[in-house]
Amino acid sequence: MDLALILSTLDATLRLSTPLLLACLAGLYSERAGVFDIGLEGKMLAAAFGAAAVAAVTGNVWLGLLAGIGVSVTTAALQGAAAITLKGNQLIAGVAINMLAAGLTTFLGIQWFAQGGRTPQLTPGGRFQNLTLPFANELSGIPILGPIYADLISGHNLLVYIAFLAVPITWFVLYRTRFGLRLRAVGENPKAVDTAGISVTRLRYQAVLITGLLCGLAGAFFSIAQGSGFGNNMTAGKGFIALAALIFAKWKPVPAMLTCLLFGFLDALQIRLQNTDILGVQIPVQAIQALPYVLTVVLLAGFIGKAVGPKAGGVPYTKER
Amino acid sequence: MSALRPLPRWADILLLPIINLVLAFVISGLVVLAIGQNPLAALEAIVGGAFGSGYNFGYTLYYSTNFIFTGLAVAVAAHAGLFNIGGNGQAYIAGLGVILVALPLQFLPWWITFPIAILAGAAVGGFWAFIPGWLQAKRGSHVVITTIMFNFIAAAIMVYMVVNVLKPAGVLAPESAMIDPAGRMPKLGTFIPWFKNTDVNFTLLLALLCLVGVYVLIWHTRFGYTMRALGHNPTATTYAGISNSRTIMIVMTLSGALAGMVAVNQIVGVQYRLVLDYVADAGFVGIAVALMGRNHPIGILFAALLFGALYQGGNELQYVIPGLSKEMVVVIQALVILFTGAMEGMFRPGLQRAFMLLSPAQKAEAEARNTAKSES
Amino acid sequence: MASDTHMGNSPAQRPSGAAAASEFAIELIKINKSFGPVHANKDIDLAIRRGSVHGIVGENGAGKSTLMSILYGFYTADSGEIRVDGTTHAITDSRHALALGIGMVHQHFMLVDNFSILENVVLGVEDNALLGPSLTRARKELVRLAKEYRLDVDPDAIIEDVSVGTQQRVEILKALYRGADVLILDEPTGVLTPSEADDLFRVLKELRDQGKTIILITHKLREIMAITDYVSVMRQGEMVATLKTSETDPGAIAELMVGRRVLLEVDKGPATPGEVFLSVENLVVKDDLGITRVKDVSFTVRSGEIVGIAGVAGNGQSELLESVSGMRDQSSGVVSLKGKPLSLEGDDGAHRAREAGLAHVPEDRQRMGLVTAFEEWENAILGYQDDPAYGKGWILDIDAARAKARERIAQFDIRPANERLKTANFSGGNQQKIVLAREMSSNPDVLIVGQPTRGVDIGAIEFIHNQIIKMRDAGKAILLVSVELDEIRSLADRILVMFDGHIVGEADPATATEGELGLMMAGISEKTAPAPKAAEGKTK
Repeated sequence: MDLALILSTLDATLRLSTPLLLACLAGLYSERAGVFDIGLEGKMLAAAFGAAAVAAVTGNVWLGLLAGIGVSVTTAALQGAAAITLKGNQLIAGVAINMLAAGLTTFLGIQWFAQGGRTPQLTPGGRFQNLTLPFANELSGIPILGPIYADLISGHNLLVYIAFLAVPITWFVLYRTRFGLRLRAVGENPKAVDTAGISVTRLRYQAVLITGLLCGLAGAFFSIAQGSGFGNNMTAGKGFIALAALIFAKWKPVPAMLTCLLFGFLDALQIRLQNTDILGVQIPVQAIQALPYVLTVVLLAGFIGKAVGPKAGGVPYTKER
Repeated sequence: MSALRPLPRWADILLLPIINLVLAFVISGLVVLAIGQNPLAALEAIVGGAFGSGYNFGYTLYYSTNFIFTGLAVAVAAHAGLFNIGGNGQAYIAGLGVILVALPLQFLPWWITFPIAILAGAAVGGFWAFIPGWLQAKRGSHVVITTIMFNFIAAAIMVYMVVNVLKPAGVLAPESAMIDPAGRMPKLGTFIPWFKNTDVNFTLLLALLCLVGVYVLIWHTRFGYTMRALGHNPTATTYAGISNSRTIMIVMTLSGALAGMVAVNQIVGVQYRLVLDYVADAGFVGIAVALMGRNHPIGILFAALLFGALYQGGNELQYVIPGLSKEMVVVIQALVILFTGAMEGMFRPGLQRAFMLLSPAQKAEAEARNTAKSES
Repeated sequence: MASDTHMGNSPAQRPSGAAAASEFAIELIKINKSFGPVHANKDIDLAIRRGSVHGIVGENGAGKSTLMSILYGFYTADSGEIRVDGTTHAITDSRHALALGIGMVHQHFMLVDNFSILENVVLGVEDNALLGPSLTRARKELVRLAKEYRLDVDPDAIIEDVSVGTQQRVEILKALYRGADVLILDEPTGVLTPSEADDLFRVLKELRDQGKTIILITHKLREIMAITDYVSVMRQGEMVATLKTSETDPGAIAELMVGRRVLLEVDKGPATPGEVFLSVENLVVKDDLGITRVKDVSFTVRSGEIVGIAGVAGNGQSELLESVSGMRDQSSGVVSLKGKPLSLEGDDGAHRAREAGLAHVPEDRQRMGLVTAFEEWENAILGYQDDPAYGKGWILDIDAARAKARERIAQFDIRPANERLKTANFSGGNQQKIVLAREMSSNPDVLIVGQPTRGVDIGAIEFIHNQIIKMRDAGKAILLVSVELDEIRSLADRILVMFDGHIVGEADPATATEGELGLMMAGISEKTAPAPKAAEGKTK
């Protein structure tokens, strides 16, 4: 393989990892606070639709982004109301959110835009353009490092950079701030948080809303950054891969990034491996597609290390008597 | 501090689901209204589409057949305190078992192939749920996460199998060979002309049989007893000397086998071949059906009929009212799951209060009971 | 210096003497608290002298924890007054209590297991949005506290990696870091090894000498005698007495704790013990946390006798019951029935125990013995669901099960006499009768009974006691575990006393006094003073 092919594969890896990473970090906030979220997929899908719809109507990418985030945060709040205030089953709430998003986006899409559920093709102003980092062109002549900078690191849209920036930010929030300390505590032992005089409910809502925000960015990436419009079910299960990545990364931000890069790389690889032989053996692309899920199950089963989630995850907090 | 009294049985199993359903309809109606359509006309179109003629009703029953299976799959697991969210994957991969016996046996009469296909589908679907069950029982892996993962793994395997193994050479569409017409099961329309040539077939009878079977299993067998005990109180089952891990594995296998019957309906009964994505999210509809039907076979029967009608009616809806699509049904279904499954806390206390206010006698009785109970 | 207490309106500390209001750090006046019909605290008066260690003793359910929870703001009293440093406060929540300088070390630690000690200490009292400065300050403060009270900990150690004793230190440090002047400790030694407990006492004395006020909730007389200055005794929700520890003795406190309750007369003839039915040899059992709770216990129960195991709750009785009945795996030892060793391993061990002829009435009927969501008849077959009497093959013969249930309802006078009623709707006494009826009807050779009358109304108690004696007279071997000393004394033919996982003594119910039993239960043998180790040799 030559450098260009390697670079283009890695370039695709970054792009494909971005929504996974945003969704994975989104899930991290919620689950670290003790609220299981299998509704990442639904929030992303809803955000993708909201962003594309508003961007298509206004032609303004920023309004689109805002709409995507707004839709996702609202959905997260609904999920929070069920899971936190009403102490409902968090898993069922997630299932409902996924279905609601799948149904409503198509339903409204068909009605509003009459294109079989698609939103109209976005104008250039309606979507995020690829950014050229400073000196990318000038440095591209330098052997190896030049193309790496110019082709791999430069030339992505804003959300890609935001996603990777969100990793150190999340790390900092989690481990270096008061909010992070309390967030981690409430997912492990909400009673300890409660007896320390901190509101469990408030903390969990804050976490769930951040989840909504990041899912909004992830959804917007699909429809107004990578794509140029919304298509039915365009998130295609990425929310569940993100969930798998979150488990695989043991609910930690930096491993989350590495896992998402790995899963993104597998995705990029399987596109390039269609109908190619490696050493005379044809690897089925489906095997690579299924690999993230298989790895996650193996990890969950404790065959390679052990993925133990936040202890209080999935359990609504009820103050005793 | 007067504790709320549990609802009367009929309110719990009938009134509450109906309130939730009505609310789901009202909200969906508001959505329809908001986009400038007439919700009543939409409802009329759905009802007409589902029940308007033998043809429509036949399709309704065809959908209901699938939903009975997936609803039962969720319910059986739920009785043992397990949430099987992997009905989709189990139903999908079961098709492998079904097609792999149906094709070689295609020249035999259908009534020989049919029971063999049932066993094959049950075995493969059951196996696909057994693994998460085993992982839960022996390794402590959360069954919800593993069944989600297994949905995707099943999808990957099925694409590979259809495209690389089952697809006959020279065929473009990703699907298996067709079962020979000689071995095809006749549809119910052959015997009851009213149904015309709709997709409802003998698998419906299998579904009804499963309803009865699950009813017997849960309430009239020793194993049903142990699984219900496990679902309510795993410490009590340990006290009773019942192996919880064994119960979990058996229940998951049964649940997967039930979900696998969708493959029988689709492959042997309707499509006569294995096509991609034939499950069409019936596994997830099963969650709504089980929640709505309160995990009881009779409730599941009605809930499956309801959702079958919604799906069939939704299909017709888009022809009657252009612009309104069948996804409206998915919205209703999502809201039903949300209200009955996750936001139960919204109505139950209010309803309980209403009942206590309505009936002073009940109130007094409830207080007496509270007093009696707090002795312990 | 922490001894310069920031106690607001309080003047300098004074030892006991003048009756100034500020002499007391805490005063509770006419506190009342009810949970439903249960009157947990009745007109409680209590004054805690500043700079003292004040013990509060009482049996389980005497109302100690409720009282302290009121002081700490967990519950609000129905009526009464709380004075802190002579000033009346309505303490609304634990934050408020902390602000008043009242800190609490809970029986179950409120720690985040995967956090460092430092992180646990600052949780909830961080200085600002960034964590760094708080952690730096807390680290300094921990060093200071460590020096002042000899409370050494490694601030960066993770909670789940350190010993239980250290975790408790962290709880104390948390309270001190929050500026607590009054420290409430709820059963602090329940989870500690003896040497850890000794260390805790040293720390508590240190804290007292530096001017802190300590309230120690316990049911262990040894601790009271070892470190308290004053002791208050509670019984059935009432404050019975407050004494100066140096002017009393364990026997007197034990009597006050147990009180002079009306002995329930049990009509019982002399026992006629036959051959050994149940024999337990060198049994060792661990709890869910891996802590050894039953330590090399051996005893036998003969046909036709009731052997009672007395002891304060939490001394290994539960684990003993669960292990002998097959619910909990044993680490080592042999349980034999009529001379045949039982194999009880695995999660269906209880099934094999039943098959061998051992029935079990569990301590906690709602958690173990019943599925409260089930109808009565369904619970009447729990554990016996595979019995041929209830159907052929896989099928459960519901009619047969219901008929049998009705039979037992009549026989045991279970009310309401409706086998279709949900079990949760029966009263405690009737629930217990459902369990008892089930286990006795299986005609076992050995019956194990835990807390047979806990939460049971008076009327049912007599009935249950008579049934147990009937079983004995029918030649069964009965092992009875109860924290109610009265019950053990009136039912048992032989009493074994369990303390800290050991059987520390045997007594004859006809001759042993409550005081003697109380001392054994408190881990103080009749001869030697506070040395529980000495009692170990008495294991029979």
